[in-house]
This record gives sequence, structure tokens and C-alpha cells, in this order.
Amino acid sequence: MTMKSSTRQVDGVTIVDLSGRITLGEGSVVLRDQIRDLLSKGNKRILLNLGDVSYIDSSGIGELVSAYTTVRNQGGELKLLNLTKKVHDLLQITKLYTVFDIKDDEATAIKAFA
Amino acid sequence: MTGKRVSYTLDSTLESVNTVEQIADKLAKDSGFEDEERHKITMAVREASVNAVLHGNAYDPSKKLTVGFDTTGDALVISIADQGRGLDPATLPDPLAPENLLKQSGRGIFLIRTFMDEVRFRILDPGTEITLIKHRGHAAEGKEGSK
Repeated sequence: MTMKSSTRQVDGVTIVDLSGRITLGEGSVVLRDQIRDLLSKGNKRILLNLGDVSYIDSSGIGELVSAYTTVRNQGGELKLLNLTKKVHDLLQITKLYTVFDIKDDEATAIKAFA
Repeated sequence: MTGKRVSYTLDSTLESVNTVEQIADKLAKDSGFEDEERHKITMAVREASVNAVLHGNAYDPSKKLTVGFDTTGDALVISIADQGRGLDPATLPDPLAPENLLKQSGRGIFLIRTFMDEVRFRILDPGTEITLIKHRGHAAEGKEGSK
């Protein structure tokens, strides 16, 4: 049930590999702390890999939005990678699909950072 | 399947939310809903339970979460009640409005209405009861129930 998070650096982009559930409570906190930690270390080009995220609730969606606006407000960029169908559908329903820059190929996503 | 009515009275905690979600998933499965519909049901139930615990009862240990499941008819009917200050769904902002798209919260009721066939609200004294209905075998034409 819990969410796990790990990071990799590729060509100046920090890839955050997330797995599990991003829901109210632990999952949302893990994501929030991860983004805060990266920004404090000056990592402002962030690619969230959601390929192994099985479930997101409305709190998790809110946390993704918060991460996006927080990174952008600090002059950075946040993109999403490898959405599962459930997460893809959720972002479409909530009209956030057009807000986020969403990629399905890691190499293409990394090149897309300014 | 043989229908039944069951109800639970639970503490206002996130553990209770997870419990209710798991019960909903099992009942939806036992009621014959396919994976995609089960996901919608369990997500709507989770959102309603979170609202009851977080916004309704505000984690107050003296206030309880009451959840009922009814599988006796041609639908799965789930009612979730809190003992909070009450919710008027008509006052909720539209989360799809451009000015609200980047807000961190405010999508729960919208998702519930999207995922269920019918959604009804009832003001209690104190608290709010939300009833979620999913019909078996076909999608209902009307999504919105009355308050």
C-alpha cells in the first residue's frame, strides 16, 4: 500500500521513480518531501516517473499539482513520465492532462527539458 | 448473488478509510463488477470516506464514521455518514474551471459524481450522509442525483 520513491540523475535531469499509491497520508507526504528535498539541493529539472504508481486519489492529484506549481514558481520544470491508464484517465477527467507536460519515453522526456 | 445489508461504525482515522475502501472493493467484486467499474467504485468510496473523516469529523475521536453497504437490489448502494458540521455540495467550486485547475484540493466530490451512477446528499443533525449508487450490468444515463 505504501509509496516508494528513488531518484536518478540523467543529463542534468532528476528522474524520480515512484511506485505504489499516492494517496492522502503517507504517499502524498513522501512526494511532497521528495520535491522539497530536490529543490533545496538546486535540482529544478524534475521528471516524475509514474510507471509503477498503481493508484492516485484526489489528494495525490493535488500533490502532483502542488509539485508542479512549486517547481515552476522556483524557475524549474516538472514533467510526468509513463502514466498508467488509470492515472492517465484521472488526469483527463480533471482536465490536468493539458496542464502537465506528459511523456511516455524517458529519452524523449529528458531532451524536452530546456 | 444473495444480497445483503451490512453497516459499520468506525473511528475517524485514515485506517478506517482504508478499511472501507477494502470492504467496498470486495463487495464490488462479489457483486460481479468488472475491474474498471470496481476501481471507480472503490475510488468514489475512498473519496467519500476521506471527506467524512477529514472535512466532516476532522479526525475528532469522539465522532464516528458510519458506512452502509446494500447489495440486495439491482445496484450496489453505499452510504457514508459523518457527524461533522454538514456539507452543502451546491457551494463547492467547479474544479474544472480555469481558475481552479491548479488548486491543490476540491476534486473529491467531482470524482465521486463522475465515477458513480447516482450520488445523493442528505443533511443530518449533525453531519452529512452521502449515498453512492452503482447499477449492475449497465451504466445509468443520469449521473447526478438530487441532494
